[in-house]
Amino acid sequence: MKALLFLVCLAPLLRLGWRAFHAALGANPVQTVQFQTGLWALNLLLVTLAITPLVKLTGKSALNKYRRMLGVFSYFYALLHFLTYLVLDKFFDFHEIWKDVAKRLWITAGFSCFILLTPLALTSTDGMIRRLGKNWGLLHRLIYPAAILGVVHFLWLVKKDRTAPLEYAAALAVILGARFVLKASDFRR
Amino acid sequence: MRRAPGDPKASEITPESLWLDRRSFLKAAGLAAAAALSPRLVGAADFAGGEKPTPLDSITAYNNFYEFGTDKESPARYAPKYLKPHPWSVKVEGLVGKPKTWSIEELSKVFPSQERIYRLRCVEAWSAVIPWNGFPLSALLKKAEPKAKAKYVAFQTLYDPKQMPGQNESVLQWPYVEGLRLDEAMHDLTLLATGIYGKPMPAQDGAPIRLVVPWKYGFKSIKSIVSIKLVESQPPTSWNISAPPEYGFYSNVNPEHDHPRWSQSTERRLGELFKRKTLMFNGYSTEVASLYKGMDLDANY
Repeated sequence: MKALLFLVCLAPLLRLGWRAFHAALGANPVQTVQFQTGLWALNLLLVTLAITPLVKLTGKSALNKYRRMLGVFSYFYALLHFLTYLVLDKFFDFHEIWKDVAKRLWITAGFSCFILLTPLALTSTDGMIRRLGKNWGLLHRLIYPAAILGVVHFLWLVKKDRTAPLEYAAALAVILGARFVLKASDFRR
Repeated sequence: MRRAPGDPKASEITPESLWLDRRSFLKAAGLAAAAALSPRLVGAADFAGGEKPTPLDSITAYNNFYEFGTDKESPARYAPKYLKPHPWSVKVEGLVGKPKTWSIEELSKVFPSQERIYRLRCVEAWSAVIPWNGFPLSALLKKAEPKAKAKYVAFQTLYDPKQMPGQNESVLQWPYVEGLRLDEAMHDLTLLATGIYGKPMPAQDGAPIRLVVPWKYGFKSIKSIVSIKLVESQPPTSWNISAPPEYGFYSNVNPEHDHPRWSQSTERRLGELFKRKTLMFNGYSTEVASLYKGMDLDANY
């Protein structure tokens, strides 16, 4: 089952590879890769966040064991997304990158999201979980601001038609709302 | 409308400036001659420094034409299906001695078509090299005999939600409108294009007739034009109405003036991996910088 999920998570990258091989990434291939990697980082981040409320709603605690893979894959796509920016857009021009991050709010949001996700990915090994103990849970609460920043990044980058990012914002609101409601009901019990 | 600080006074736009000056004519002729010797596109005037034009399938697959949807692929999908470029007419009206409604056929009969290879720079920091077919807008305007009071030219795209389904969405104010200062409109580089690569203009690229102003961001080059109106004061323009701090009236390609959304210092040619430096006035400084002499281009972005 885990192997299957691994393949599913890898599928968007394989598809990009396939399209690149067949020169089918469109007139602006770099933009296609940039958009798809960003989109899948966000998709998987939202799925990761949905696991806990799903477990509570369905009682299927088996779902929990997939959470880590989903989260790490989300970061994997975020990293690819960031690398396209670092290498292909800016070619390691850190002065230009700094100007972008400081000036353009949507890049500030995306960059912050990536920075927040980095320690989460780095501490996702069994050893780190053990070593961090209670603090691990605290640290991993960073996923909430990261998810919000990710959606804001999408919302602000769009020039005019906000339909797609607003759908993501709605999905995130439902997931965070569900977590909040379920937590409150736990507490009452 | 009040005069903005950078606007020219009526006296500054003299009728003489309507006419192509000798120098720029000779330059264009020289470039045309040089291009004639190049083996690639025989007869095309190369205004893109010898760069290879972007393939036609990229030019027709990657478009901003919100009348057919807001993503890059929608225009190619819907424009050929819905837009009916024949019959088509263009009104030349406003402050002119001889207003006239031209059919597309008449226009191509009266104004001989030239092929010119221009760079196109989108405000979204991508760019292309396009072999246009068309004729200088100045030729049409001269025929209309602009009155001395005329200082600007206002352009309008077709408004017909049946042909342009994107107009059912309120992403922009419809119809799409654009404008140029009269001297910009009269500049020899400013084209009315009716084709690409020697073929009639593809629907998604603005069939049957569109503007091409190569030293300005792409959105200034309004598509599927139905009206060209000479006016006295600066006309409203669609993207400026939509987001004034982002899109000014002039919208000259300017790597120094930062856009809140995209760094304008670099751009990616369609199909290229890395970005390249953006040139002032998209590389047409020699031809057009004099139009903006003494103007603060940061304030008049």
